[in-house]
Amino acid sequence: MDATRTFDVQKLRADFPILSRTVHGKPLVYLDNGASAQKPRAVIDAIRNVYEHEYSNVHRAAHELSAACTEKFEQARRTVQRFLNAPEDREVIFVRGTTEGINLVAQTFGRANIGQGDEIVITAMEHHSNIVPWQMLCEEKGAKLRVAPMDDTGTLIFDEYVKLVNDRTKLVGVVHVSNALGTVNPVKRMAEAAHKVGAVILVDGAQAAPHMRIDVQELGVDFYAFSGHKAFGPTGIGALWGRAELLEAMPPWQGGGEMIKTVKFEKTTYAAIPHKFEAGTPNIADTIGLAAGLEYLMEIGLDNMEAYEHELLEYATTQVSAIEGVRVIGTAQNKAGVISFVLDGIHAADAGMILDEQGIAVRVGQHCAEPVMDFFKIPATVRASFAFYNTREEVDALVKGIHKVKELFA
Amino acid sequence: MGINERQQQIIDEFSAMSDWEDRYKRIIEYGRDIAPMDEQHKTDKNKVKGCQSTVWLHAERKGDAVEYQGDSDAMIVRGLIALLLKVYSGATPGEIIATPPSFVDATGLAGHLSQTRANGLAAMVKQIKMYAAVFQAMQKSGQ
Repeated sequence: MDATRTFDVQKLRADFPILSRTVHGKPLVYLDNGASAQKPRAVIDAIRNVYEHEYSNVHRAAHELSAACTEKFEQARRTVQRFLNAPEDREVIFVRGTTEGINLVAQTFGRANIGQGDEIVITAMEHHSNIVPWQMLCEEKGAKLRVAPMDDTGTLIFDEYVKLVNDRTKLVGVVHVSNALGTVNPVKRMAEAAHKVGAVILVDGAQAAPHMRIDVQELGVDFYAFSGHKAFGPTGIGALWGRAELLEAMPPWQGGGEMIKTVKFEKTTYAAIPHKFEAGTPNIADTIGLAAGLEYLMEIGLDNMEAYEHELLEYATTQVSAIEGVRVIGTAQNKAGVISFVLDGIHAADAGMILDEQGIAVRVGQHCAEPVMDFFKIPATVRASFAFYNTREEVDALVKGIHKVKELFA
Repeated sequence: MGINERQQQIIDEFSAMSDWEDRYKRIIEYGRDIAPMDEQHKTDKNKVKGCQSTVWLHAERKGDAVEYQGDSDAMIVRGLIALLLKVYSGATPGEIIATPPSFVDATGLAGHLSQTRANGLAAMVKQIKMYAAVFQAMQKSGQ
């Protein structure tokens, strides 16, 4: 059945207050979801409700409010557990976002397990946040960063990846969905190859969480990080999931309150996971907001969302590719959420400004993936990134907008 | 024509246009007509930081005046540079430092142009004034 017809997108759009506003006197066409997604009323209300009725510090319960707020906070952990189909809630660590999750693994698992001559394998389509933390670690430890190549459609060359993974490989870092190209990587098969040589695999799920059902057990990975704000939740909150035995063996990262068991000047012992990795007062309200957003997504049904978005992206790809002078960058078979493109003879920044004038919000630039731009030998792309609340009419507006860009620069 | 007259000319030109498309078209024309920048000045040192596109600005002293050259790989930004150069190039350091780029509001595109991260207008103006300040200091010290 045609998902774009059964999925009631107009009803869902009404859940997002900001989508009804105008920009430069035109209806907002928000196609910058890859940078950050808009928030449903469920999230906004949840945060407001915490501060108005439930707020207190957590895990320090000498009073009713704190006990109730702690319960809600820990419930949020179980929501993330369900969202990722993680085996246990104590495997979910709240962090500021994907970037912090990756840095946590680099600074704890990485520093404890990766040494001189060891290798870390990433792919050619990583976001800077899944490159730089490993480079920093490699520099400190004398380890080597190796990069699995992609082909000119933006698809990982799987055989080359397998060849790169060897008994020196200690960790594989891979982006689940590329933010610059939209490519969905074969994470499950990559995990199998990594495990064969005894390496662990970390997945940057920032661009996957807003678009598809994630099952860390099915994927067979070891770490999975995502950001709340790209998944319709608040900014400044995200989660890192890791397998319990790995997390338990890892040294703590930041020291402080909450993460300790006993503190003596002679020797401090640390709390059990997840609290070992959550020093200080956490981002309580946004954590509860994150859970509200994930509940909202699970209510819609991630599979329904994915099916609708898949058709929307196919429609958009057909429409945008048909425009003369447009070249789509990233044409992998399996894609989600993103169309990156360049226009013959027109700089992406110019296109972005003219689209903005028409109320169409896109991102232009390198998308924090400079090596990807270098690979395609382009300075920048225009990136239209979609969410389940986008419509075919908005795709049509984008196409019309691109024609206007061409007209002005003709 | 002095710096203020040159600026007023731009303000008058853009104020007469009511449609955003016309204003953009005019800026794009300015971009196409910009005086070519010497390739030798397109150096990393002359790159203006804080722009989404690549922007170069170069300045030289010609007597009491400062002459600028500039370019960008993006056309609207190049048009903006052309307008900035039309106002500031050939003026004295004192005039340059004392003159705000008030034509920007008159273009009616201020909403976009003030988005410093998008096109680096603020960074370009700062760079133009910084060159002027350096030349002024050199003049004062008799260099």
